[in-house]
Amino acid sequence: MTLTYILIFTAVALFLGLVTRNRWRVYFLMGVSALAVYLLQPALPIRSLDFWFSTLTLLLTVLSWILTTPSDKLRERNNLVALAILFGIVIFADLTRYLGLGWTLSATLPPKVEVLAVFLVFAGLLLVVIAYFKRLSPATFLVSGIVLLIGIFLVLKIPSLATATSGLIRYALGRPSANAAATDLRWLGFSYIAFRLLHTIRDRQTGRLPVAALPEFVTYVILFPALTAGPIDRIEHFVQDLRRPISLSAEDLSVAGKRLMVGLFKKFVLADSLALIALNNINAVQTRTAGWMWVLLYAFTFQIFFDFSGYTDIAIGIGWFLGFRLPENFANPYLKPNLTQFWNSWHITLTQWFRSYFFNPLTRFLRSVKHPLPVPVIILLTQISTMILIGLWHGVTWNFILWGSWHGIGLFVQNRWSGFVRPLTEKLEERHALKMFFAAISTFITFQYVTLGWVWFALPSPGLSWQVLLKLLGIVR
Amino acid sequence: MTSSDTVAFRLINPYRILVKGTILFIVINFMFAAVHIPYGKLSLYNIILPGRERFPFAEEVPEKIYSLTITDLDSMFSSHIIASPKSKDEYRVVLVGDSSVWGASLRPEETLAGQLDTADLKACDGREVHVYNLAYPRNSITKDVLILSEAMRYKPDLIVWITTLGSLTPDRRLDHPIVQSNPTRLYELSRKYNLQFDFSTINFYHSSFMNRTVIGYRRDIFDWARLQLYGVLWAATGIDQVYRNSFKVYSLPKLVADVSFLDWQPPTFNPQLLSLDVLEAGMKVARNTPVILVNEPILIITGQKNSNVRYDMSYPRWVYDQYRQVMDEESGKNNWQYVDLWDLVPSAEFWGDTDLHLIPAGEARFAERLIPYIQSASCP
Repeated sequence: MTLTYILIFTAVALFLGLVTRNRWRVYFLMGVSALAVYLLQPALPIRSLDFWFSTLTLLLTVLSWILTTPSDKLRERNNLVALAILFGIVIFADLTRYLGLGWTLSATLPPKVEVLAVFLVFAGLLLVVIAYFKRLSPATFLVSGIVLLIGIFLVLKIPSLATATSGLIRYALGRPSANAAATDLRWLGFSYIAFRLLHTIRDRQTGRLPVAALPEFVTYVILFPALTAGPIDRIEHFVQDLRRPISLSAEDLSVAGKRLMVGLFKKFVLADSLALIALNNINAVQTRTAGWMWVLLYAFTFQIFFDFSGYTDIAIGIGWFLGFRLPENFANPYLKPNLTQFWNSWHITLTQWFRSYFFNPLTRFLRSVKHPLPVPVIILLTQISTMILIGLWHGVTWNFILWGSWHGIGLFVQNRWSGFVRPLTEKLEERHALKMFFAAISTFITFQYVTLGWVWFALPSPGLSWQVLLKLLGIVR
Repeated sequence: MTSSDTVAFRLINPYRILVKGTILFIVINFMFAAVHIPYGKLSLYNIILPGRERFPFAEEVPEKIYSLTITDLDSMFSSHIIASPKSKDEYRVVLVGDSSVWGASLRPEETLAGQLDTADLKACDGREVHVYNLAYPRNSITKDVLILSEAMRYKPDLIVWITTLGSLTPDRRLDHPIVQSNPTRLYELSRKYNLQFDFSTINFYHSSFMNRTVIGYRRDIFDWARLQLYGVLWAATGIDQVYRNSFKVYSLPKLVADVSFLDWQPPTFNPQLLSLDVLEAGMKVARNTPVILVNEPILIITGQKNSNVRYDMSYPRWVYDQYRQVMDEESGKNNWQYVDLWDLVPSAEFWGDTDLHLIPAGEARFAERLIPYIQSASCP
């Protein structure tokens, strides 16, 4: 998100926060967010694909809402109004093609109206058919929804699949497939959108999902401040905020403004500056000494933190203007004395998502089988698999798997070590100075471990990462 | 609303924050414009980062070469290794010149300055000779003098000033980014040495109050900040431009039968058209520091069609020959130490698309030839 967009969104948020206090607020929020989906999606090498991705975002969201909403609620008036607004926005986005390049809502020229019309007819029919038939077997449709979302996620995240898909699209459009690349399929915010949708579907399966109207559901999934970099809120919390009467006090404005400013500073001053010198695949090869390699690695360590937490601050600040209390995503993660606490304070909403929908169910399952594995083995399996999945969420590559494994093993070792030294730490409770000393050492070791782990994350190949690790440790020159 | 609420409201009133912020913003801008903070002199180089071995200049994107084009003299010098303290046992030699001396596509140690520096020369009094590359791409004698006048702050013991005809032509008198970016210094130079410059071609952008504010200087400050950051990668990698591991042998171009040079026609040109006044001012800038004025090697094409009328793509023979003669006479008249090395380097030791850029072997040959002059100058 550029600074210009952030300023525009801030102004829009302030306007919506201060002016819209009636039942139309949710429609405004949904409408602006839907427009933002088109506005923020970057241009792609395949003609009009940016428009189609934005449209598919809306379609998938509506589809998920249909899957997760009781059938008798689907045809309520507010839902039909919301559907009509979304339909209008898609048409509007497409019609901007007649304003000429530079004035289109999407980054490149949208498709011809007749093409969109055909698509919308089919999409509409699909939604109607699903809405009708899901009554017969809701569970099957929910599973299908999960499979569909994970399928799309895998296609986008596995470079070879993304390249093949891009080639296929190019072939269908009569363009040379040889130019296909994984980066052709950069679908803005899909990782977050998919995980919000998976959360709603999964909660519907378990019966925990509150009933949300279509405008509430869509706003939850694509709320414009949180579209590109989270956080991943829980729908029950979000809807609660949305339904609460909004009244922005001076204090709200102050807190939100401060949060926004801090976020802008973190992102556009600190992170963007550090990005110039952060470790990457080019300077990793060129760096001559271990000392400077550490400097570049630390630059990456802080760049990724300021970038991500800066965006979160911006989202929380803008969200606050709109009357939302978006969840925190970072809580001083580099100052934590162990890896468990680090992961409780780094990308908190994503970690919680995986804890809720993978780690806890898997742990429960492994403990409840007839012949359960020893506890340490269960801990090892669940932690490594959870962390590998968190790695894969960033991209399906060996390096993300290794990054996940690095943290999974680290968490396991820390878990065992904590148990081992617990009697000692209990004794330290009374000796404050010594306790502080050990806490400082633990924080330092945790920070170093996390920092070294970023080598897997920052670089594209295991071989290069391994070379860099050896260089950092002074094993090779 | 209770009184305590009122107090709390006053404490966090966002409109007051907005007003205060605006006032602070205006005051900072006003003060910056009024005081003119020489931010370019502030630098991480030579303090926590090693100084650069040549001035920052980029023909590639900064992300690739960890450098960018900087034309503010303060920022240029503060990032250069010459800004590090001069030790007592150092005999400081500075090289001033164009891209050939700067070392296009060469590693710092392959440049003329690099090769001279690694020759481990000693002055007669036992001081170690350290050679600094203060060249900057594109010919312009005025640019050289501006750099030279700044270089004097760093107490050189010897100046080696490498020029060519292209530096002295009237079109290059003011047409150089460094000249255009430092109008105040140019004006001082003009006033001090009575140089006649056409200031109507200079953009005195920062002369207005608004353009002297932080807002007016935002681009310069941004570049300065990037220069500091890229210093980390310069330190880590030793890269400041795209280096070549091998140099394609210069494919000699086909010479055209054009004998004109600028709008000059044979058989002679008026020597007063050359910027000899600026050259003379440069000598005055050097004051008591000895200067070796060098006519740099050029590509000489022989045995080809039209090579009887042209030396290369840049110079027709008649104009270059007369230029050498003028320089010879001018140096004799002013008692300058002048070394004419125009034909020193064979064509096989040039590369690229200019008539000046040398491969490392060419620079080595050049350095070897200069060493006796430097040794001699260091032994008064």
